[in-house]
This record gives sequence, structure tokens and C-alpha cells, in this order.
Amino acid sequence: MTTWSLNSKDFWSGMMFIATGAGAMIIARDYPFGTTVRMGPGYFPIVLGALLVLFGLYFVGKGLRGAEKIEGSWSRRGMIILPLSLVLFGILMEHAGFVPALMVLIVGSALASTEFRLVEILIFAVFLTAACVALFVWGLGLPYPLIVGL
Amino acid sequence: MELLHNLIFGFGVAFSLQNLLYCLIGVSVGTLIGVLPGIGPLATIAMLLPLTFNVTPVSALIMLAGIYYGAQYGGSTTAILVNLPGETSAVVTCIDGYQMARQGRAGPALAIAAIGSFFAGTVGTLLIALAGPPLAEIALKFAAPEYFSLMLMGLVAAAVLAQGDMVKSIAMVAMGLLLGIVGTDVNTGFQRFSFGVIELTDGIGFIVVAVGVFAIGEIIANLGEPEERRIFTSKVTNLMPTRDDLKQSFAPILRGTAIGSFFGVLPGTGPAIASFASYMVEKKLAKDPSRFGRGAIEGVAGPESANNADAQCKFIPMLTLGLPASGVMALMLGALTIYGIQPGPEVMTQRPELFWGLIASMWIGNLMLVVLNLPMIGIWVKLLKVPYRLLFPAIMAFSAIGIYSVNNSSFEIYLTALFGVVGFVWMKLGCSPAPMLLGFVLGPMMEENLRRAMLSSKGDITVFVTRPISLAFVIATVLIVVVMVAPAVRRRRGEITG
Repeated sequence: MTTWSLNSKDFWSGMMFIATGAGAMIIARDYPFGTTVRMGPGYFPIVLGALLVLFGLYFVGKGLRGAEKIEGSWSRRGMIILPLSLVLFGILMEHAGFVPALMVLIVGSALASTEFRLVEILIFAVFLTAACVALFVWGLGLPYPLIVGL
Repeated sequence: MELLHNLIFGFGVAFSLQNLLYCLIGVSVGTLIGVLPGIGPLATIAMLLPLTFNVTPVSALIMLAGIYYGAQYGGSTTAILVNLPGETSAVVTCIDGYQMARQGRAGPALAIAAIGSFFAGTVGTLLIALAGPPLAEIALKFAAPEYFSLMLMGLVAAAVLAQGDMVKSIAMVAMGLLLGIVGTDVNTGFQRFSFGVIELTDGIGFIVVAVGVFAIGEIIANLGEPEERRIFTSKVTNLMPTRDDLKQSFAPILRGTAIGSFFGVLPGTGPAIASFASYMVEKKLAKDPSRFGRGAIEGVAGPESANNADAQCKFIPMLTLGLPASGVMALMLGALTIYGIQPGPEVMTQRPELFWGLIASMWIGNLMLVVLNLPMIGIWVKLLKVPYRLLFPAIMAFSAIGIYSVNNSSFEIYLTALFGVVGFVWMKLGCSPAPMLLGFVLGPMMEENLRRAMLSSKGDITVFVTRPISLAFVIATVLIVVVMVAPAVRRRRGEITG
């Protein structure tokens, strides 16, 4: 508990804050900084970036002295499949239409669960897509083609 | 009795068949979209605005307002049942409401939320009628330093009350402020962190961040921990609160209503600050604060009353000063202009049917919501019995449609996916995302007011402590920090956070 570990919550939080803060400062380094009286667009980002780096250093130091470990699984399956199905939804909305995009999103994200059942999810996806078409496209009038080219 | 006369006049307007119908449509749609994650009142109001052009301004405004406060009711339902805050205001309801649901007390939590909201709505309505004009005059005296100090207080309070490491929460506020900067600088038109991406010039959408972190990130986390899923299949019995529940909730509802009304009249603060503040107060006043975060009913009653009172009172600056206090109010103001009404103090005298009719409709709408929500609660309880393997793809679907409908932009879908992963990593690292969200929402306003304050005071930072109202906010901020860092409280906090 008090020995340093590669799994330290605080250490990696610190690294995350430092990376974000330093990244913001590097990107904003050319933004007009201005003065305290007349702040430029770069003032707030630089100050916040510096603040984040300081917070980061504090947590890296705290993490190195040993602290809580990261618990539980990293949920790799969900972390990869869910964003991927969203990206597919975005692409299909633009090129294939509302119905295929939604079907792919529902069935695709369901794959992230270890309890995936193909037949059940297919029936569910058809039902849910129909409900969404009725609610959002027909009901609320969202202007999306159901299937492109149909 | 001028007030009575005005209210009777208002109810006369609101009780016409057409206006009752639009009120009902508004609150029904509001409840629906409040319950559906990822589609908020902002997107819905924007979407329905074009449909209201051939309706009278009063009816249109009544319906749009119904969507807004109806969503507050609906949002608390998902916050309690599935830990999904539809709006920032419901973030705080998740803390104890969701814990109550996990303990099989979802019914009482939902009922108390509805009762508190109705009470707050009633008081809010009366308050607009009674104290609207004079209160607006006080807020009129606020300048940039007051707004900045106020936001500072809200953010510090939010960070301090968040579960887990206090310093980490403050760092997350800074993270949120930084994310809020993305886009066009309003003062200079300068592009910040937009990387030449057209979609980023308007900044990162609030719904993108909220849905990404709270809906998608949460789903990823849930999928990694199978035991967490029991919550969705647990039986919910005993829908009505016990006598004890009501007794415990009575004072928090009163205090929450007062806090919400106070924050509501101030422009620039969302219902989130009101509910956070109410939660803080209840936690401080409780005989046993360790119950908070573990299903304390006061943690639902207070904030839920506060955010509804706040939502109602947000109309005061909009209707009396023509000053939009939030994104939704900005849309309402835009609607007024489209209907050919010049927003500002003269609305109350020149279009009294608009002002008083809207106020009266809000009370009627709140009553409708309670009646509507009782059978609705049963439906959502049934929804809980749906296995998680079916529920989460449905949440994904509603989230994706909601995000896409805001700007018809696939880019925002990709951004949501990114925030889902980031949110999950934050949770893993023990970095509470709620303070980040508040920082994100307040970031641009805070920067704007800091810059304005510095400009008007010629760079003298003592401006924040030499103006009495600003000083009060600064003192409150310092007090919050001192109290929470005090050894005794720290020890108690240790008990709370484990």
C-alpha cells in the first residue's frame, strides 16, 4: 500500500494533468497573451495550463510516495467496441441513412457485452430502430433519410 | 390587491383550451427528453422552435417553457434510476438518488423528487409574481467582478463536495475550464485549440461532453465490472415514501427551494450550482453527514427542489431585463424576437398576457408533471427489469441520435466517442468528472467576466474584495475551503470517502 507501484492512481492522474496542461501551454504559446488589464486570448489557457501542470506535479509526487492502486478491469472490450460503433454510426448517418446507422450502432455496441446473444439483439435492434424512426423522424421530424437512395 | 389581480389575469390566459394543450404537450415532451439521455431541452427547444412560428407567442412560450422545466423532472428520473444526469442539474441527484435506487428505494427517491419539485415550482411561480421585479433590480447591480466571484464560489463548492480527493476535484475544475476555452474567443474572434476544424470553432458542445463522459464512459465502466449490473435488475418495491422520509425531506425541500430561488434569479449560474449548493447545505446541516453519498433522502429532496426553483426563477432576468441567464433562456429570448416582441423590462407592461400567462402556466404545468410522473414512474421501474445487455445499446442509440440532432454533425459523434474513453479513464484514475463538467460550462463566462473586471478596474485584483457583494462571495468561497480543510471535517470526510 505504501510502496510505489506502476499501477498508482495518483501517479497516472498526475501524468494526465501534466500532459494536458503542458499540451495546452505548447499549443497556446503563440496566442496573444496580453496584459492583466487587457487579457489576450492566450492569457486564460496559459494560466490554466500552468495550473494543471502544477497539480500534475503534486500528484506525480504523491503517487511516487505510494498511494492507492487502480482497481478493477480496464474493460478493454467496451473501451474499443463502443467508440468504434459510434464512429460507424457517424459514417453511416452521412452515407447510408438513419436505419442502417442505428441498426449497426445497436448490434455493434451490444457486442461489447460478454452476454451477447445474436438472435435476441437482432430482434431488439429491429424493434428499437422502428421505435426511434417513429419517435424521432416521424414524431419530432428530424430530417434524416431512412435509407439513402430509397 | 394588484398581485392577486395579476395572477387571476394570468390564470385566465393560461386556462384557455389552446394554452392548456400546449402546456401539456410541452411538459410531456420535456419529461420524455429529460428521461432520454443525450437529448436535452436545448436541442429540443431549438428543434421545435420552427414549429411554433404559426402559434401565438403566449402558447409557443408556454410550450417551450414546459419542455424546459419538464426536462428537470424527467432528468431526475434517469439520474435516480440509471445514474445518468440528463442535465448538469441532475448530476448531484445521482449521488444519493442512485444510491437509494441501489438499495431498493428508487420509489421513495422518485416520489420525493416529484414532491420537492412541485413544491419548489409552486413557490417559484409565486416568487416570480411577487418579488420578480425588485429582485431583478438587485441582480441589475451586478457587474463583472460579482459574476466572477460568484462563479468562483460555485466551482469551489462543486470541487469540495465531490466524492474523493479534493485537490483532484479542483484540478478537474481547471481541466473543465480549459476544455471550455476551445473555440472562438468572443472578445477577439481568435481561434483557440480548434486545430482548423470547422466544428470546433463554436467550441465543444456541452451535450457532447456530458453524454460522452457520463453516458458512454459509464457504460464502458459498467461493462468492465459485471457485478455492478445487478442494479438494473433489482426489484423496486414500495413506491411511496414513508412518514419518516417525508419528515426528513420537509426542511431540505424548504431550504432547497430558498437556495434555488436565490441562485435562480442570478444570471450566469445554472441549476447545477443551485443543486450543488443545496447538497452542500444539507450535508453540513445533517446530524450524520456520513449518510450522504450512501442514499440520504435529504440529498435528493434538497437539490431537486433547488434545481426546479432555479429553473423557474431563471425566467425573471429573461422576462424583466431581457438578459438570458442560460443557453435555454437565450433560445427563449431569440424566440421572443422572432415573434416580434422586443425583450426587456417593457414586456411586463406592454405584453402583460405574456408575462402573467406564462407564470400561471408554469404552475399548471408543474401540477401536470406530478400527475404525469406518477404513472411514468411505473413505466421506468419496468424499464429497470430490462437486462443491461439490452439497455446499454438502447442508451447508445438515444445518445447518438441526441448528439447528432444538435448540429447534424458526425464530427460531434466522433468527439463523443473520444470523451467516452476519456471519461472512463478519468473514473479509473479517481478523477471525478462532475466538477470538470461545471468548470466546462462556466469556463467561457468566467473568463469573460474576469477579463471585463480586470479591464474596468485597470488590472487591480482588489476589485473582487472592495465591492460588497463580490466580497461576500469571496468570503463564502474562503469559508467553504477553510471549513472543508479543517482537521475535524477532514477526518469526517475520510469516513465518507472510505
